[in-house]
Amino acid sequence: MKKLYYDVNKCLGCKTCEIACAVAHSQSKDLFSVLREEVLSLPRKKVYRSGDKNFPVSCRHCQEHPCVDACMGGALSYDKKSEMVLHDETRCVGCWMCVMVCPYGAIRPNLKAKIPIRCDKCKDEDEPACVKACPTGAIIWQEEALIETKK
Amino acid sequence: MSNTRVKSVDTASQKMIERAKIDNIQIVWDRYDIMQPQCGFGQLGICCRNCNMGPCRIDPFGEGAQKGVCGASADTIVARNLLRMIAAGAAAHSDHGRDIAEALLLASEGKARDYRVSNPVKLRKIASYYGIKTEGRQDSEIAHEVALKALSEFGQQEDELRFISRAPKKTQESWRKLGIVPRGVDREIVECLHRTNMGVDNEYKNIIMHGLRTALSDGWGGSMIATELSDVLLGSPTPIRSKVNLGVLKEDYVNVVVHGHEPTLSEMVVQASHDSELIKLAKDKGAKGINIVGMCCTANEILMRHGIHVAGNFLQQELAILTGAVELMMVDVQCIMPALADVSNCFHTELITTSPKAKFPGVTHIEFHPEKALEISKTILKRAVDNFKNRNKARVVIPQETMDLIAGFTAEDIPYIIGGQYRSTWRPVNDGIISGRLRGIAGVVGCNNPNVPHDFGHTAMVKELVKNDVLVVVTGCAAIANAKMGLLKPESAFEFAGKGLQEICEAVGIPPVLHVGSCVDNSRILIACSEIIEQSGLGERLSDLPVAGAAPEWMSEKAVSIGFYFVASGVFTVFGTPQPVFGSQKVTDFITKELEDIVGGKFAFEVDPIKAAHLMIEHIDKKRKALKLNPVMYQ
Repeated sequence: MKKLYYDVNKCLGCKTCEIACAVAHSQSKDLFSVLREEVLSLPRKKVYRSGDKNFPVSCRHCQEHPCVDACMGGALSYDKKSEMVLHDETRCVGCWMCVMVCPYGAIRPNLKAKIPIRCDKCKDEDEPACVKACPTGAIIWQEEALIETKK
Repeated sequence: MSNTRVKSVDTASQKMIERAKIDNIQIVWDRYDIMQPQCGFGQLGICCRNCNMGPCRIDPFGEGAQKGVCGASADTIVARNLLRMIAAGAAAHSDHGRDIAEALLLASEGKARDYRVSNPVKLRKIASYYGIKTEGRQDSEIAHEVALKALSEFGQQEDELRFISRAPKKTQESWRKLGIVPRGVDREIVECLHRTNMGVDNEYKNIIMHGLRTALSDGWGGSMIATELSDVLLGSPTPIRSKVNLGVLKEDYVNVVVHGHEPTLSEMVVQASHDSELIKLAKDKGAKGINIVGMCCTANEILMRHGIHVAGNFLQQELAILTGAVELMMVDVQCIMPALADVSNCFHTELITTSPKAKFPGVTHIEFHPEKALEISKTILKRAVDNFKNRNKARVVIPQETMDLIAGFTAEDIPYIIGGQYRSTWRPVNDGIISGRLRGIAGVVGCNNPNVPHDFGHTAMVKELVKNDVLVVVTGCAAIANAKMGLLKPESAFEFAGKGLQEICEAVGIPPVLHVGSCVDNSRILIACSEIIEQSGLGERLSDLPVAGAAPEWMSEKAVSIGFYFVASGVFTVFGTPQPVFGSQKVTDFITKELEDIVGGKFAFEVDPIKAAHLMIEHIDKKRKALKLNPVMYQ
């Protein structure tokens, strides 16, 4: 299963990935219509800066997942086959426990929608929107095993 | 994101930043943090939005797009963006010059009765550059012709801007050879926009050479017209005492802050504040009087001419309102943060706009017209007096910091001070440099920027320069920064200056750092340098002089235009954070290396102010060596 990796030496903080992510998760899937939707889609990843490096933060689909353990509604679960943390929005009560325990701050509250949002690796697509959008190739979509052998 | 970084080295500002935090009022440093990370494409200058085939960005790592959709390379995109910055900066200064010329015209026609020719000697001097006869003619007649001639330079199509003739002959010749003598103020700026329109100029050197020409149309054109005609209309500055920093706001007075640039407004406000009826009204309302203070360049104008106190520089504009003691802040154009509307809404402070070119949503606009200057100023001041009762005394927190300073130095009065009251001459300056008592002269100018600790860039650099016997001239927000740290007091020579500079300061009675005015007054430095060359002994062109310039905390596009006109005039100029050029190695090399062989000046980028000071000192030493001068007296 491919995972998202970030080359912090190449991230220029342009936030094109944030915009692409928000658009991909919207109703209309069109940048020029997105801002008029009733519940505004928000990006599932956020770009931050530390020292002189920029880095996007998104759900790491951790093998040890404090969010799943904290979820009292049973909305968050871990799927061993796809190695992904899944979020069933119909079971989510918006208690924000996952938001509080995530060590990366990768799951954030969407106050308007009343449930949290986080990266789902664009589950219905072959390649996440952010990977397609990144102008410098700072977002890498790769199998974990192959990452170690990459330059 | 970092809350541990130093935001300001000025203790008064630190106190108000703390206050903003406690009161939960967002100020510029907060907005800067929220903006991180800032887009690297923009910082590198490789983002282009000039047409609808875009927006385009070049991948600096070589894998993504290497050309814009039209085929423009990074070199083209960076150069075009740079040209637009120069154009915008030159436009601001030149429009200011235009407004002063128009005010002079109205005054000469008797249509703006609150103004008159205040310096008839300078009027005649300027008239001579325009070839206008002055024998036996009235001031108003001469002023009329001068104003018309000055205004015509804005719409001029061919020939040369008049004040180019004030530069040393050899410098003029090299500009002519390069084809960069400015033809008309507006023409050069229009051509910038034409050249950067989609599908016009693609050659980065061609673009930048026109940038040099446009910058020259600012320095020796728009800005110089602004400075010279302001002196004619409002009087030439002479050395004057005053005070600076937020402590000049007074608890028991009606405080009015004048902020912006054009002295046609601020002068009238100062005059209006002496109106006996207004003062009586203020006293009736429980205040001791009306306290006019300035911020940014307009502060420098009324400081230089009238000694009006300066409340602060660019990054302090919100902080002044945060004291809770400002009844009214009136603004005209340039460097005015839109945030002022939000901050003033948190207090009783009334914000007033006065220029039709600069309005805010929801903010009261009282338009300023030179024809009714004094009347309008009095109307605005009355609003301030009426607002005094709305001040919440419990919320007033005025930091006590003030600092004495001396300002008012110009290219006309420095030779009098140095040479003697009856014998105005630059000779002692030239001799001082030749003998080595003075290493050289540096101009430290420009804005503030939250990407550099407030005032640190300016003051650390200046202290290092004066320590090494470099006489420093300052303008704009840089001047205010140094004033706050006490460097504009003559006594500071004993604390900060090297031995050689100290001796000169002591002998003549000047501070080691000379305040020569507002940002358009950077043109005074061009005149001073030209006259120093004419005095002889230090070379024949401006690029021979042991001088250097710097803008350590630059923010505005105006700073880019100023930097380019100094470079075009042959002066090595250091900026703090880089201009957005690093996306193109060729453009970066052109402006930081090759330009020196072409026009005698070049840029350097160095954020550390002490390292930057040493780049300037190295350059000054290089020029001393080339002139075969004595070694610096006290190494």
